[in-house]
Amino acid sequence: MRCAVIVFPGSNCDVDCFHVWKEVLGQPAEYVFHKEKFSPEDFDLIILPGGFSYGDYLRAGAIARFSPAMDSVYKAAEKGKLILGICNGFQILLEAGLLPGAMMKNRDLKFHCHDVYLKVGTADSPFTNMYLPGEVVKMPIAHGEGNYYADADTIERLKREDRIIFYYSDEKGNITDEANPNGSVENIAGILNEERNVLGMMPHPERCAEEILGNTDGKRLFMSILEYLEGRVKIGKSRRS
Amino acid sequence: MGKAEEAKKLGLTDEEYNLIVQTLGREPNDVELGMYSVMWSEHCSYKNSKPLLKRFPTKAPHVLQGPGENAGIVDIGDNLAVVLKIESHNHPSAVEPYQGAATGVGGIIRDIFAMGARPIALLDSLRFGELDDPRVKYLFGGVVSGIADYGNCMGIPTVGGETYFNDAYKDNPLVNAMCVGIIRHEDIVRGKAQGVGNSVMLVGAATGRDGIHGASFASEELSEESESKRPSVQVGDPFMEKLLLEACLELLKEKWVVGIQDLGAAGLTSACSETAARAGTGIELDVALVPRREKGMTPYEVMLSESQERMLIVVEKGHEEDVKRIFEKWDLYAIKIGEVTGDGMLRVLENGKIVAEVPAKSLAEGAPVIKREGKRPAYMDIQDLDYSKIEIPENLSEVLLRLLASPNIASKAWVYQQYDHTVRTDTVVPPGSDAAVLRIKGTKKGIALTTDCNGLYCYLDPYEGGKQAVAEAARNLVVTGAKPLAITDCLNFGSPENPEVYYQFEKCIDGISEAAKALEIPVVSGNVSFYNESSSRVIFPTPVIGMVGLLEDVTKHCTMAFKNPGDIVVLLGENSDEMGASEYLRVIFGIQGGKPPRVDLEREKRLHLCCLKAIKEEILSSAHDVSEGGLAVAIAESCITGNLGFEGEITSDIRADALLFGEGQSRIVVSLKEENLPALIEIADETGVKATVLGRVVPEYFRINVKDSKGGFKKIELSVGEMAEIWSKSLERKVEG
Repeated sequence: MRCAVIVFPGSNCDVDCFHVWKEVLGQPAEYVFHKEKFSPEDFDLIILPGGFSYGDYLRAGAIARFSPAMDSVYKAAEKGKLILGICNGFQILLEAGLLPGAMMKNRDLKFHCHDVYLKVGTADSPFTNMYLPGEVVKMPIAHGEGNYYADADTIERLKREDRIIFYYSDEKGNITDEANPNGSVENIAGILNEERNVLGMMPHPERCAEEILGNTDGKRLFMSILEYLEGRVKIGKSRRS
Repeated sequence: MGKAEEAKKLGLTDEEYNLIVQTLGREPNDVELGMYSVMWSEHCSYKNSKPLLKRFPTKAPHVLQGPGENAGIVDIGDNLAVVLKIESHNHPSAVEPYQGAATGVGGIIRDIFAMGARPIALLDSLRFGELDDPRVKYLFGGVVSGIADYGNCMGIPTVGGETYFNDAYKDNPLVNAMCVGIIRHEDIVRGKAQGVGNSVMLVGAATGRDGIHGASFASEELSEESESKRPSVQVGDPFMEKLLLEACLELLKEKWVVGIQDLGAAGLTSACSETAARAGTGIELDVALVPRREKGMTPYEVMLSESQERMLIVVEKGHEEDVKRIFEKWDLYAIKIGEVTGDGMLRVLENGKIVAEVPAKSLAEGAPVIKREGKRPAYMDIQDLDYSKIEIPENLSEVLLRLLASPNIASKAWVYQQYDHTVRTDTVVPPGSDAAVLRIKGTKKGIALTTDCNGLYCYLDPYEGGKQAVAEAARNLVVTGAKPLAITDCLNFGSPENPEVYYQFEKCIDGISEAAKALEIPVVSGNVSFYNESSSRVIFPTPVIGMVGLLEDVTKHCTMAFKNPGDIVVLLGENSDEMGASEYLRVIFGIQGGKPPRVDLEREKRLHLCCLKAIKEEILSSAHDVSEGGLAVAIAESCITGNLGFEGEITSDIRADALLFGEGQSRIVVSLKEENLPALIEIADETGVKATVLGRVVPEYFRINVKDSKGGFKKIELSVGEMAEIWSKSLERKVEG
């Protein structure tokens, strides 16, 4: 399954995402430079990687959404292609309006790089079908602006539509303020769009997908994508119920 | 004001000024004088340190590039090489901590990719005053966020380093940044302006007035006026540097690139004169062609600006458009500003009119070397302590907790969690262990990285302290399973004009050299930072040792954390009756004195062989170096990081506090499955290392009984939860409380 990793000038997790898809999963991957356009038919999965897209001195992801490559991303999203935004990629998806809400600086104004526990909010997605709902997994975070905010109506809707994919939690899965590294509303760490083909998340699954790195919890996210793309799982059960 | 007077104001001595006049055959003009004053500053010329630096061992079969280039390079097999360099940014950080530290990181990264290498890791060795001082807190916070913002944006993981607090650094903090890169042998480029007629191009950021005379500022003591030197501090733009990095690495794949040089201290003046001097050529350039970010800049300002994120590139004539094409992709300019000449002159024009003309070699390498005589500091003769007057505290559990709470021993998570240390997905052992371990993708190999120095040891005995810094760094690599490969050193001292400081400098160099020779680890790059003092205090002599080691099979790496309850805990090496210069004496008794622990290099070497072999044969569960806080702290750290306990008993006639908290060298605490014990004993016998069983890994509790032959008995008894709470939260509480 063909994956495009979009390279903004300040992307720095592009090589990591490329590595996981190509070397760990053994699937074809290509870099797409931000100045290039592509056709929605060219790829099955598009990753917006972490980093500092255009320096992000203004606001993370604020300029990236105007790039030529993002034009193609909008079209691909419309066609139902899978879009995965990680960290800065999540920030870009919010700025681009492909996901609802906004990102603020971490509540303690510090950059945070450490492992967090995540409670799986929904396994009914192209991205998390190999996790169990409610399961607790561990992934690293590395961001200064990961404080997710959306108004109460939006949060209500995200919940109703089963679109919250991960919550920051403790090791046992309790969603507590102590387990919230950045101040995100309701400990939200990642969300889906309404059609469930666009995921934005702050934690870095690509950084925990190999045994040598001491943690493989992130690998299942990429394997879930592959399962879905190869037609072995169907999603959307929760929307029907 | 006469020229000679002007020269003096710029920091040049009469002798130096006369030499300039003699070299030029005339008085220098203002531009020339400015260029000489920065290039002949201590920071750029190493005029006080050059002869002593020659004492370092710099050669070994695996050294591909020794000192003298932007960075050192060592072979790691598989056609790959590791590039390494450390540099100080102390003075800028003392007056403007955020930008000072940020641009320190920016500069060291450029040194690495100037060799053609992809930077893969950063380390930071930091020293500040005690955290109860509000200004120290401000400096500490500013430095850490400056490093974080720059390194994080670049996507280069900050994987290690060290942070010490001592009032010796109160006025003059130390900010040393180390960068490590990886490169294929055939991609190595050097900073040479070769080939008469070739084009000299400037790429990256536009030139402004920031940082003028930064190099000179770094070459004088801090004073009341230092605050007014804030404009001498450069301003960093990590996004610009990220673009520059990607564009340069793309460019350097081309065969028509002749040389490349970072614009750091002394900006264009230094980059042009150094590249020309290395190649034995000259450069003619026109400052009118240099893109500016400010209007009305004079040739003087353009030549001396230390604006960041710029590189000088020399390419074969006719490839200028090719360079532009690559840089335009990254939205950067690339402008031809001059060309290589055969006459050895650095000729600066402004719109075709000559404004400066001096021999490049004289600028870059001609500063007269200053020979100084050291004088053994008087304080060294009154340092002997009578330990019999120091009573062993009743409650040693309490002592251990206080040591674990000391910011010099406590977890540095507050610092390194602000650094992205997992980007690039190579970080196998993250910060917080003895050394960081990175895998090398596409091979089975890994590298281990550390920086080390105990300034107090070096103060009390510069020679032993220098030796110890090398031994400690090597030991930190060895406990991960890595064989030490190379050293990059950052020598931080006070004013060399003070004979006592010069003595410290010379003795530290001798100690480092002796240890490097004995352990067979060449010095491949480094930096000297003098004048780290204020009117009220001189820093401890602090020769920071950055070291890289190689793991042939990264999957066999070892960490310090205890792994399994029931494992046997063994001490490799011998306990000694040494308590001098210890964190124990400092924290518990407020004493910074005594003789620092001595390193027996022969014994050290055998210990390394023993530990490396045991790790290679995969019989160890954990390995941890014994350093600040001694044996008790080392075991406690293995407990805390492994979330397990320890139960053991030591019988010794060494007094209990020296045994538990003394910092005797050449010791490693390992844990292993009981069935592996005979194999370890065999390796220890083979290598001539003493191995003593200390006890066992248990759940939850930490208990040590110490007995002597006269029936004396002391104990430590604590819950690991309590120790962990104190160790992991102390620094945060000190900074934020």
